[in-house]
Amino acid sequence: MNLKPIDMATVHELEEECYKVRHKLLTLVYNIGLGHLGGELSMVEAAVAMYYRYMNFNVHDPHNPDRDRFILSKGHCSETLYSIFSNLGAYSLEYMVENFECLDKSKFGMHTNRKYCPQIEVSAGSLGHGLPIAVGMALAGRKQKANWRVTVMTGDGELEEGSNWEAIMSAGHFQLGNLMLMIDKNSLQMTGPTKTVMNIDPLDKKLEAFGWDVRVVEDGNDMLQVCQCLDNVPAADSQIRRKPIAIILNTEKGHDVDFMAGNVKWHGGGIAKAQYEEAIASLEKNWKERQSKWQ
Amino acid sequence: MAVNTTFDFDQMLSNAREAYGEELLRMADDGLDFVFTYSDNVAPSSSAGKLIAKYPERCFNFGIAEPGQVGAACGLALAGEVVFSQVMGPFLSLRSADQIHTDIAYNDVNVRLIGTHAGVTAGGGPTHNCIADLALYRAIPNLTVVVPADAAQCCKAVRQSLTYQGPMVIRIDRAGSPAVYADNDYEFEFGKAIETLPGTDVTIISAGSPVYWSMMAAKKLKEEYGISARVIDMHTIKPLDVDMILKCAKETGNIVTVEEHSINGGLGSAVAEVLLENGFSGKFKRIGLPDEFAVLGDTDEIYKYYGMDPDGIAKTTAELLK
Repeated sequence: MNLKPIDMATVHELEEECYKVRHKLLTLVYNIGLGHLGGELSMVEAAVAMYYRYMNFNVHDPHNPDRDRFILSKGHCSETLYSIFSNLGAYSLEYMVENFECLDKSKFGMHTNRKYCPQIEVSAGSLGHGLPIAVGMALAGRKQKANWRVTVMTGDGELEEGSNWEAIMSAGHFQLGNLMLMIDKNSLQMTGPTKTVMNIDPLDKKLEAFGWDVRVVEDGNDMLQVCQCLDNVPAADSQIRRKPIAIILNTEKGHDVDFMAGNVKWHGGGIAKAQYEEAIASLEKNWKERQSKWQ
Repeated sequence: MAVNTTFDFDQMLSNAREAYGEELLRMADDGLDFVFTYSDNVAPSSSAGKLIAKYPERCFNFGIAEPGQVGAACGLALAGEVVFSQVMGPFLSLRSADQIHTDIAYNDVNVRLIGTHAGVTAGGGPTHNCIADLALYRAIPNLTVVVPADAAQCCKAVRQSLTYQGPMVIRIDRAGSPAVYADNDYEFEFGKAIETLPGTDVTIISAGSPVYWSMMAAKKLKEEYGISARVIDMHTIKPLDVDMILKCAKETGNIVTVEEHSINGGLGSAVAEVLLENGFSGKFKRIGLPDEFAVLGDTDEIYKYYGMDPDGIAKTTAELLK
């Protein structure tokens, strides 16, 4: 993406941001009593990489016409984005807690709303909407000869919605060189493994058959792997006709909080005080272990 | 406001679908900026086809994939474009309901969804009938719903919509219908209904092609029954012109509605809600498609079968006033 290749110092900085975002996320969800922690924790590395390194996006100038766009199609995982916006200086934790789903004073909702929170590109929540919208944005970029990129993040269970496949078809057809799809493939949906609820594999072959340039990140919770993948993504070019980029990130639902990791039980809901304390302790333990491996 | 209307039996029917495509082409030629997206039912030979041929960089074909098309219209608009998106009405409303609700209305974008083939004008039976869309649209917040009375009014609506803020649906027939207005020299404002015929005994409120049928019925009511019927072109279903409805209720005492839609949830229901909540005690009747999947046949035959043609409207109105 027109950046010099990632170095380990930068990877470690980004890892630290992930730790901080997860800390903020757990604290936010504990305070408001609403969340979808499983999917919010699995997507952290990809979202942090985009907002901290790979996107031209300033939380203090969210409507800049030249910005890169990030559409969170799995709109129920909004609190990961709010935590990132907060850590980038847009909002304090107290402000978010105070203004979360409070009737006509709401600034934040469990599902994203672009009018309440200006850093949010698309009001979402119903699944299967982000990708078709992203196709339209990318077409607008082509018409406007713009150089920004549209990135859309979906879950994997979400890809069971047929509207995604209409958009996967049209994006391939229009050959959008300014569109990127990130799939947070944590392999669990609300009631069980995606594989047993409704198998969507082989995702890579399906996307390739629809005319996409597919990249797979073996461990989407490994920042080095995420960055190495993103480094190799060609720069957004709205005027070029080429295969749109899809990145399949194999992630872990509930990542970095041991009692949530890989546990379908932690799809949605709030957390009690004892669980919050245990979650923070687990997060800190994992963070220390990771740091101890740095040379 | 006096308007010049027409009762010319021999007039050439004008097709709103063709006319608005020509208007879009004129708008593009005038240097106005917008995007056009469409489904696989816009023929290259049509006027929209000419727009597509002349301005390919702003026209996008989504094939047969209505939710994907409507979602993409949202994305185009979020990136600053005004979008006209033509979809066959039954599939727009039923297949893309979630996208209209969430992508277009909730995201509050400048998309004008052109729903064609209103009522039973598509032919081919209930799969292609567009009879539930107004009921759906009325329940979606933030959505303006326009049903032009004739092709020329459709052009007015399309041009005016370019500077209108917020999402809009424009609902038109498949084929030609008679011109209601004899000229273009009348004021058209979204949300402001138009009295097309004066009358004192009853008001017939309708939208779309039924406005012309209602005018024909009013003529018949006067000649055959001695009833003076006022006709209102309620071209904007939402926001509804409540003041006009209450004025007519007060001045004529009785109300009839006519629509190319199920009698459940459309214009008639909307008018009934206004009347009942405002203490109306006159006579009231909804004319439209009954609560059944419509019989098969030619469009005009079906409307006649259900008493929606001028004779049927006149007869029902006369019986109501007995």
